Amino acid sequence: MSYTKRFDGRKNDETRKIKIELDIIPNADGSALFAFGDTIAMAAVYGPKQLHPQHMQNPKKGLLRVKYDMMSFSVTERKRPGPNRRGTEISKVTEWALSEVVELDAFPNTVVDVHIMIPQANASTRVAGINAACLALARAGVPMKEMCSAVSIGKLDKTLVVDVIKEEEDYEEGEGATDIALAFSSRSKKILLLQLDGQISADELKEAIQLGSKTCDKINEQLKDAIKALGKEE
Amino acid sequence: METSELTKKRISDYLREGKRFDNRKLLEFRDLKIELGISKNAEGSARVKLGKTDVMVGVKMDVMEPYKDSQNEGVLSSIAELLPMSSDRFESGPPGFESIEVGRLIDRSIRESGFVDFKKLCIKEGEKVWSVMIDFYSINDNGNLVDAAVIGAVAALIDAKMPKYNEEKGKVEFGEWTNKKLPLSKSIPITMTFYKINGKIILDPIKEEEDASEAKLTLCIIEENGKKYITAAQKGNEAGLSIEDTGKIFEIAEKEYDILVEKFQKAMKEAEKE
Repeated sequence: MSYTKRFDGRKNDETRKIKIELDIIPNADGSALFAFGDTIAMAAVYGPKQLHPQHMQNPKKGLLRVKYDMMSFSVTERKRPGPNRRGTEISKVTEWALSEVVELDAFPNTVVDVHIMIPQANASTRVAGINAACLALARAGVPMKEMCSAVSIGKLDKTLVVDVIKEEEDYEEGEGATDIALAFSSRSKKILLLQLDGQISADELKEAIQLGSKTCDKINEQLKDAIKALGKEE
Repeated sequence: METSELTKKRISDYLREGKRFDNRKLLEFRDLKIELGISKNAEGSARVKLGKTDVMVGVKMDVMEPYKDSQNEGVLSSIAELLPMSSDRFESGPPGFESIEVGRLIDRSIRESGFVDFKKLCIKEGEKVWSVMIDFYSINDNGNLVDAAVIGAVAALIDAKMPKYNEEKGKVEFGEWTNKKLPLSKSIPITMTFYKINGKIILDPIKEEEDASEAKLTLCIIEENGKKYITAAQKGNEAGLSIEDTGKIFEIAEKEYDILVEKFQKAMKEAEKE
């Protein structure tokens, strides 16, 4: 049996319902919530601000620091509070993804801190986190070259689907599940994040990247619309 | 951001005339909003907003061996993380004293109040008991995290459903729940932290008021058969409190308890409607 009907009835190229809330954390310079269905990410941005210790300062460009973590009760089997190896890696790949679109030259000697927290998870948390972070950076007024957006692509047996849920991650029939996390810059369409677990041919992966790029364009429209809508209110 | 000396002085001067920046009375709490079930994967969870202070609390449960000194009782743990997301004063890295204190105060408030009947959380004496893990996260810190944290812990415990326990395997089936609620008492524990500023006693401070305060006293109150009891206390910060002031605070706490329980119940009703 190939994977023809998704567990939650979505079309293969359909994301879960996207929810966006802006300015959720008054103390932060910028903040946002981004959800793919039951996967919720919150992000807060502080900065640009003075960087200490001084020897870390770079007179040519600013520093972007990302911290990603999940709340202990965001998953069914409690995660020990505090950072772990998985979180450390996700923080770094997110940092790499965002550093490409943030205008680091515009704030030399300073630092921008991005904090991402997951209160509720049903797979695809890192890509939800990147979307939340991108919105929070925009709301903080951090200079950006362009926007970015992220999505997960799954290959379940031979079928490609967008925005993977937990049940799909655990799919075992046929060729099983391959999970691909992708982020793209909005204008230059560069790949900012690519992580893969599973087994896939080069041709299929090319196809997955195309599907990811197309989906990220759509997500990016929603990010921009949310920011514009708020701009009108203000 | 640190509060300037000028702001602290103005807060202090205002209070001498019995006034606060946001026009609240000295003992008046800010608006309380509770949201339940903020994580579908938690046994119970709640988000609590006290004005601009915003916190999340979740309850997860597991089965474990009991502690040697309490062979027939369930186990409680609570950990607080003061997220750098919630304030530029909190740093990433190992927990500082403040987050340890918040965790300890949640733990003491819940444990000593007898709110959870831990004897009923024993599966097999000396072998298997339930552990209840309460985890706290600050989302936006605008003062009085501790009181908000305990409100969140109580709300999350009320929200909680017992997970499924597979007796054969002796393990919890994570992600599957029964309809059973936790064994909780009807009496709601309420934790209040009193702050002394310039001779006045206030409740539910915003961040700047916390900064301007000289000493604080945290009390957890419960009511049993129409009588109120103090079940946990902690005096904080360097300045001492007079015996008279402390006595006065005990009396105020008993009165404020009724007001806060009502406020809590009202917020819970609103939360359950949604």
